[in-house]
Amino acid sequence: MTTQSYGLPVPEPNALTQPFWDAARRHELVVQRCRPGSHLFFYPREYCPVCLSGELEWVAVSGRGRLYSHTVVNQPGDPRFQSRIPYVYAVVQLDEGPRMVSNLVDCAPEDARVDMCVAVTFDDVTPQISLPKFRPA
Amino acid sequence: MTLRGAVALIGIGEVKPERRMDGRTALGLAAQAARECIADSGLRKDEVDGLITEIPTGNPTVLADYLGIRPVYSTGVQMMGASGATSIATAAAAIHAGLASNVLCVVGGPAPGGEHGGGPGAPDYRRQQFDAPYGPVVAANGGYALIAQRYKYEFGTTDEQRAAVAVQQRFNALANPAAVFYGQPITKDDVLNSRVVADPLRLLECVMPVGGAAAVIVSAADRARYSPHPPVYLLGAGMCVDHDAIPYAPTMTTSPVAVSARRAFAMAELGPRDMDMLSIYDCYTITVIICLEDAGFAPKGEGGAFIESTDVTYRGTLPLNTHGGQLSFGQPGLAGGMSHVVESVRQMMGRGGERQVRDLDYCFVNG
Ligand SMILES: [Zn+2]
Repeated sequence: MTTQSYGLPVPEPNALTQPFWDAARRHELVVQRCRPGSHLFFYPREYCPVCLSGELEWVAVSGRGRLYSHTVVNQPGDPRFQSRIPYVYAVVQLDEGPRMVSNLVDCAPEDARVDMCVAVTFDDVTPQISLPKFRPA
Repeated sequence: MTLRGAVALIGIGEVKPERRMDGRTALGLAAQAARECIADSGLRKDEVDGLITEIPTGNPTVLADYLGIRPVYSTGVQMMGASGATSIATAAAAIHAGLASNVLCVVGGPAPGGEHGGGPGAPDYRRQQFDAPYGPVVAANGGYALIAQRYKYEFGTTDEQRAAVAVQQRFNALANPAAVFYGQPITKDDVLNSRVVADPLRLLECVMPVGGAAAVIVSAADRARYSPHPPVYLLGAGMCVDHDAIPYAPTMTTSPVAVSARRAFAMAELGPRDMDMLSIYDCYTITVIICLEDAGFAPKGEGGAFIESTDVTYRGTLPLNTHGGQLSFGQPGLAGGMSHVVESVRQMMGRGGERQVRDLDYCFVNG
């Protein structure tokens, strides 16, 4: 992995999460859905958190949602982010329901507002990994 | 009073052991056993109201979150090889005591060749892949900033109202020589002018990490009357876990205290109005406001206004965190939560010194 040039933490996919990162590489946002109940959820699990079914599939979502909450980071836990401050650490609620942690980009940090409409955009941080991020929509 | 005949074991679940479990996660294995066990018991998932774990990935909250259950009783057991048996006994005690009805006990092992194959301590994939790449704020500050931000949006609570929590608790600490901020009064402006640590939370709204420890001895009631200090009787208790990671909490603005406090009051046959003193967990100012509401001391969304309009110092109408709270006393790691218990016992025994609360019969503590 070309983590040296990127310089920030890069996800290391496992068997469970590989489909998510493969889709992200194609600039497609996917979440898991159980077959029996069609429950959508995120973060990736081996069992549905609603019905505990293990029959799961990955499905594409719209990539649109709202900013559920956020904080402007000036004191990152990981010193490697120091060069990026200030930036927005965000929780996005997708229109389909699940929430995900991300960054709000293409937006001045002081302009971030809870409940603003956002849409996914992909940051190609290494040849293998594209991070889903969100911009105002 | 014994546990004899008080409980029955009604279901089992077990993952078939394998020498290699490539691609699995230790958490997934624990969930698999849990799922089988629930199915075997004939219970619906939402009938499982207790959770006791010993899992390589950490606290019971991690598995509760993963399974999507909301136990009203949960605890970890860390008893090495005896964890399985210990969890059964602990479950029996909890059930006998009325804390839960159906307690799921899960002891997890590693997934060799998969994640956590090497045992405990490895970083979990949720954090590594879905949080760390986005640069979370140092310590717990980020999570509580998310809560405070969302709370402001939903209820219009002001920065001034949160500051009032810090100011009133600091007043209490001025009467506690053991507090790290003893002798250092602050004003609302001091709080509002302190550095923004994680927007919207400012420095004086966050706990100061310190060293320390705390302990309490609990004895049978019939023995307690021989103790040198007035015994403080436990009248009710309740618990609830509803999330592990704040971003995925069912709601960020209502805490599991809404459930745990209701259960504690029901057991005690008392209500919020009967309480003479409160010890509310205060890692951050926003925590106090939300917990006050969820425990029933203020309507939802009005905790901030309540704090601003109520004298919650040790001299006031509803004394709160008389030791200064962790915000002013300091947070000695996990002992910080215990400091609320110790101060409550101290006050109930009448050993509060300068900050002794008068006419104290009932005290509420949450952690
Ligand atoms: Zn499902």
